[in-house]
Amino acid sequence: MPQPTKPASAEPGRGGPPMMGHGPGRNMVMQKAKPKQAGATLRRLWAYLSRQRFGLIIVYVTTILSAVISLIGPFLLGKAIDRFIMPKEHDGFWSLCLLMIGIYALGSVVSWVQVYVMTAVSQRTVLALRQDLFDKYQQLPLRFFDTHPTGELMSRTTNDIENVSNTLNQSVTQLLNSIITLAGSLVIMLRLNLPLTLVSLISIPLVLVATRQITRLTRKLFKAQQQHLGELNGFIEETVSGQKIVKLFRREPVAIEQFQKINHKLNQVGIRAQIASGMVGPVMNMVNNLSFALIAAVGGWMVLKGHTSVGIVVSFLNYSKQFGRPITELANQFNLMQSAIAGAERVFEIFDLDTEYAEDYKRAVTELGQVKGSVEFRNVSFSYKPGTPILQDVSFTAEPGQMIALVGPTGAGKTTIINLLTRFYEIDQGDICIDGVSIRDMDKDSLRSKVGIVLQDAYVFSGSIRENIRFGRLNATDAEVEHAAKLANADRFISRLPDGYDTVLVAEGSNLSHGQRQLLTIARAILADPAILILDEATSSVDTRTEMHVQEAMQTLMKGRTSFVIAHRLSTIQDADRILFIHGGRIAEQGNHRQLLEAKGFYYDLYTSQFQRAI
Amino acid sequence: MWKLMISYLRPYKVSALLAPLLMLLEVSMDLLQPALMANIVNKGVVLGDLAYIERTGLLMIGVAIVGLIGGVGCTVFSTYASQHFGTDLRDHLFRKIQTFSFRNLDELKTGSLITRLTNDVVQLQTVVQMILRSIRSPLLFLGSLNMAMWISPRLTLVLAVSIPVLVVFLVLLIRKSFPLFGRVQSMLDQVNGVLQENLAGIRVVKAFVRAGYERKRFAGANGEYTKEAISANRLLGLNMPVMTLILNLSIVAVLWYGGALTRGGSLPPGDLIAYINYVTQLLFAMLMVSNMLTFISRARVSAARVQDVFGAQPDIVDPTGAQAKEPAAADVVFENVSFGYGEHPHADPVLSGISFTARPGQTTAILGVTGSGKSSLVHLIPRLYDATGGRVLIGGTDVRDLPLDTLRGMVGMTLQQSVLFSGTVLDNIRYGRPEAPLEEVTAAAKAAQAHDFIMQMPDGYETLIGQKGVNLSGGQKQRLSIARALLLKPRILILDDSTSAVDVGTESRIQAALKELMNRSTNIIIAQRISSVMEADQILVLENGSIAARGTHEELLRNSEIYQDIYRSQRKEEDTHAAAN
Repeated sequence: MPQPTKPASAEPGRGGPPMMGHGPGRNMVMQKAKPKQAGATLRRLWAYLSRQRFGLIIVYVTTILSAVISLIGPFLLGKAIDRFIMPKEHDGFWSLCLLMIGIYALGSVVSWVQVYVMTAVSQRTVLALRQDLFDKYQQLPLRFFDTHPTGELMSRTTNDIENVSNTLNQSVTQLLNSIITLAGSLVIMLRLNLPLTLVSLISIPLVLVATRQITRLTRKLFKAQQQHLGELNGFIEETVSGQKIVKLFRREPVAIEQFQKINHKLNQVGIRAQIASGMVGPVMNMVNNLSFALIAAVGGWMVLKGHTSVGIVVSFLNYSKQFGRPITELANQFNLMQSAIAGAERVFEIFDLDTEYAEDYKRAVTELGQVKGSVEFRNVSFSYKPGTPILQDVSFTAEPGQMIALVGPTGAGKTTIINLLTRFYEIDQGDICIDGVSIRDMDKDSLRSKVGIVLQDAYVFSGSIRENIRFGRLNATDAEVEHAAKLANADRFISRLPDGYDTVLVAEGSNLSHGQRQLLTIARAILADPAILILDEATSSVDTRTEMHVQEAMQTLMKGRTSFVIAHRLSTIQDADRILFIHGGRIAEQGNHRQLLEAKGFYYDLYTSQFQRAI
Repeated sequence: MWKLMISYLRPYKVSALLAPLLMLLEVSMDLLQPALMANIVNKGVVLGDLAYIERTGLLMIGVAIVGLIGGVGCTVFSTYASQHFGTDLRDHLFRKIQTFSFRNLDELKTGSLITRLTNDVVQLQTVVQMILRSIRSPLLFLGSLNMAMWISPRLTLVLAVSIPVLVVFLVLLIRKSFPLFGRVQSMLDQVNGVLQENLAGIRVVKAFVRAGYERKRFAGANGEYTKEAISANRLLGLNMPVMTLILNLSIVAVLWYGGALTRGGSLPPGDLIAYINYVTQLLFAMLMVSNMLTFISRARVSAARVQDVFGAQPDIVDPTGAQAKEPAAADVVFENVSFGYGEHPHADPVLSGISFTARPGQTTAILGVTGSGKSSLVHLIPRLYDATGGRVLIGGTDVRDLPLDTLRGMVGMTLQQSVLFSGTVLDNIRYGRPEAPLEEVTAAAKAAQAHDFIMQMPDGYETLIGQKGVNLSGGQKQRLSIARALLLKPRILILDDSTSAVDVGTESRIQAALKELMNRSTNIIIAQRISSVMEADQILVLENGSIAARGTHEELLRNSEIYQDIYRSQRKEEDTHAAAN
C-alpha cells in the first residue's frame, strides 16, 4: 500500500498544492513562509488551545488509543498467518478473527470520536482567536489603520487564521499519531525480529535525505512562484478595477501585452516549482517500494534459513509501510506547520500592539458628565510622521454654542484639528481643553460620546435604515429614530422607499445616493445628541439644492452646540461665529466673515477667486 | 467543466496523454510488487530456492526504479500541461475582459471578475494537475481489483460486497456534506462582510464609541460560522473511520475465507498474503478517489464562474463594415436619446427625450441634482454605453457606425472617480499617449494645475504612485486625471464633475488655463456650482433624466424656475461678495 501523498484528511480539498487557498492577491507577496519566533508563537497558540482542556484530553486519549490499535492490527494479521494459515490450522481461528473485528471496530469508533472532538476544539480555538483579533482592531488607534490597508487586515483575519485552523485540525493529532506509530512500530519490530528491523530502517535515512533535498529546492521555487503570482494578481486587480479607464484610453492592447509578459513569467517559475514539489510523491513511493523489496527478499531468505516465519515477514511488510508513512507525513506537516505558525505570528503581532487606551489605563482618566462645550486649543503641534509637522502652534477658543469654521487649501491640516479633538491621534505638544479640562485626562470613550461627527464619506453599514440611524444611540425608540430623520430632512426620501425605515441597505449603502447617505449620517448625529459637533465636508458631494435641505437640517443640529465645520463651499460657513483660515499647519487668519473680507488676506483671495467670473 | 478542460488541454495533448500513461507505468510497477512477493513465499520459501529469492528481490528493486521513472515523468508532463492550461485560460479570460463593455463590467462586478481571474483559475489549474496525476488512484483501484480477481476469483466475492457498500457510503456522504459546505462558505462570507464593513468604517465606529456593538455583531456571525463549520466537518470526519472499518472488515473476511481455501489447498498461502495486500491497496485507492471527487465538485463551481465570463457577450462592438474615417467635424448631436441601465423594459429610464447639439469651440454645461442622469448622458458619447433609443451623432455620423478606436480616439474624458495606476506620475499622464513628448506632458499638467504639486514630490514626474494612487489626495488624483485627458488633445473634451475635490481657487485657475484649448474642441462639462458653468455657451439643466431647461446663464436666470432655485441656493455667497466689493 505505497501511498506517498498525504492521506485523506478530515476536510476535502484542504492541503492541496501550496498555490491554493489564498485570497486574491496583494498579500501574497508579503507572506513570509518562515516564522521568526516559532517557540514563543507555539506557546501562545497552545494557550488558546488549552482553553478546551476537556476536549483536548479526549483528543489525546483517543489519538494514543487509535495509534496503538493501528499497531495491533498488523501484529494480529501476522499471528493469524503463522498460527493458522501457514500450518493450515483451523481451531481457534474463528476467535482470532472475532478479536480482529473487535479491535478494528474499536479503532474506527475511537478515531471518529477523535475527529468529532478535535473539530470542535480547533474550531472553537479559532473562534476565540478571530474574536480576539476583531476586539483588538476595535481598540487600536487610527494611526494603525492609516498604515494597514483594509485588504491586508482582512487577509490576516481570514487567510492567516484559516491557515492556523487547518493546521490545528490536522497537525495536532497527526503529529501525536505519527510519533506514537513510529515509536510503537519500532518497539514491536524490534521484538519480532532484529535483523529485519534493521533492514526496514534502511529506508529512513533515504527518506530524510530525499525530503530535505526536495524541500530545500521547493522552498526557494515556491517563494519565487508566490512572488510572481502576487505580481500577476496585483496587476489583475489594478487593471480590472480601472477597466473603464483602460477602455476609455484604448489601452486594451497594451494591457494584454503586459499581462502576457507577467503571465508567462509565472508559467515558467510555476512549472519548475510544481515539478520540484511533485517529486516528493514518486521518490517516496520508490523508497517505500525498495524497502518492501528488501524486506521481502531478506525476509524470504531468513525464513528459508529458519531465522523467522512467514507471518513475521508479512507483519514487517505492513509495519514498514506504517513506518514510512509517518516520516513522510512529519515532513509534510512540518511545512504546513511552518506556514501556520507564520500566520499565527502575524496575528499575535497585532495582539502585541498597544491599544489606544493603553496610556489611559496607566493614568487616572475621568468620565465626562454634562459638558457645556467650550473648547480651547493651546499651542497645539502635531505630526503624523516625525519630522513632517502638520500642525504648528495652533491656538483658538470656542465658546459653548459657537460655530467655528475651518477653511483653507487641501492638506492644510483642517481634518487633523478635528482628529485631535476626538483623540483619534494624540497631540505632540500643547493641550486641548473642553470646559477647561485637558482631554488627555478624559476617558476616550466618554469624550467621543460627547462629540458627534458627520464625515465626508457618509459611511453606512449594511442593515436597515433604522439600524443605521440608531447607530447614533442604541437605546433610541423607533419614534426617536424617525424624529431624528425628520429633523435631518431624511424622512421624505425614506418614506418613499418601498420598505421605508426597514429598507435594507446593501454593503456600503450603494443602493442610496451619496446625498441620501449624507442625510442618514446627519440623522445619526442628531440622534446621538452630542454637546460638540463636527461636520467634515459633510455636504461636498451633494448638489446645491439638496444641500439647502441638508443645510437646514444642520442648522437645526447645530443649535445650542459647539460646532466645527469644514467646508470648501464658503456659502456653508458665512454665518460662523469664527472662521479659521488654516494654511501650512498654522492659523493664518481668524475672525468672522466680514472681518476677514475686510482684512483682504487669504480668505479674501479664496473668496474672490470663487466668484471672479461672476462679476 | 470537462469541455473547458479538454479544450484548453488540447494544445498540450502529448503531455496530457503522456502523464497518465507514465502514471500507468508507475502503478503497474506498484502492482507487481505484491505479486513478486507472493512468488518469494510460494516458490522461494516453500520450495527452499534461495537463488530464486535473490533474483526476485533484485527484480523488485528494478521494478521500483522503473516505477520511479514513471512517477517522475508523470509529474513533469502533468505539471507542464496543467501550468500551460492555467496560463492560457488566464490569458483568454483577460483578453475577454478587455472586450467587455461598461455594461458587462457592471453586471459581472469588478471584485468578482478579479477572483475569477485569480482564485478560480488557480483552482482549476490545480484540479487539472490533480486529475492528470491522480489517475493513479483509479488505476490502482482497477489494477488491484484485476490482480485480486486473477489470484482468486472466489475470494473476490468479499469485494463484491464491500465495494458497493463503500460506494453507497461515499455517495451519501458527499451528497449530504456538500450543501453543508455551501452553508459554511456563505457564513464565512458573512463573517468577512462584518469585518470588512467594520474596518472600512472604523472612524465612524470610534467616533460613536460603538466597539461593543460591533463586537456583538461580529461575535454573532463568528459563532454561526463556527457552528456550521463544526457540524460540516464532523459529518465529513465520518469518512476515514467508516472507510477504514469497511477496509479492515474486508481483510478479516478475506483472511477467514482465504484461510479455509488455503486449508483446502486451492490457494497457496503466498497468494493469500498478496491478496490481502491488493485489497488494502484497492480500498485505499477508493479513499483517494473519494477525496478527489470532493475536490472536483468544488472545481465545478470555479469552472462555472469562469464560463460565465466567457459566456458574457460584449454588447458594444465595432460596427461591421464600418467607415474607418474620422468625421471631419466634431459637433456632438443628441437626437431624442433615451437610456436605461436595467435589462427589462419597465425599469425607469435614466434618460429620456434628450436632444441637443454641442459645437466645436463651444462649451456645453450640464447641471442637475445627484442622480439626474448627467454622467449617463456623457457616457453615451464615446459609447461607454449605447443609447436605448434615439441617436448620438458626431459630425453627422451615428457613433454606432464609427469604429470604437476612432471614436474613443476623438474623446478625452475624465470619469467621476479618478482612477490611476501604479507607475510613475509621467506614466499616468501619458496613459493615453505613451509617446507624447515631455514638454506636452508638462503643459498638460500645468493646465490641470498639477505641475506644482508634482514638482514638490520627491522625484517630480518620476515619482512612483502606489496602487490606485493611494499616496495622493482626492484633489491631486482629479488633477492628474484632467492632465491625462488633456494630453490627448481631444477633439471632444468631457469633464465629469472632475474638480469636486479641488478647492475653488484651484478650480478657477484650471478653468482659466483650459480656455485656449477649449477654443478648439467640443466641450461638455458636468458641474454642480453655477460659478463653474455660467460662462458656458449653453447650459442644460437635467432633472429626472430629461432636459428641464436650456440656455445661457442669463436666459436661464430669466426663464427657468429650477435654475433660479439652484442659483438662489448658491446666491447668498454672491450677495455677500457684492457687499464686500
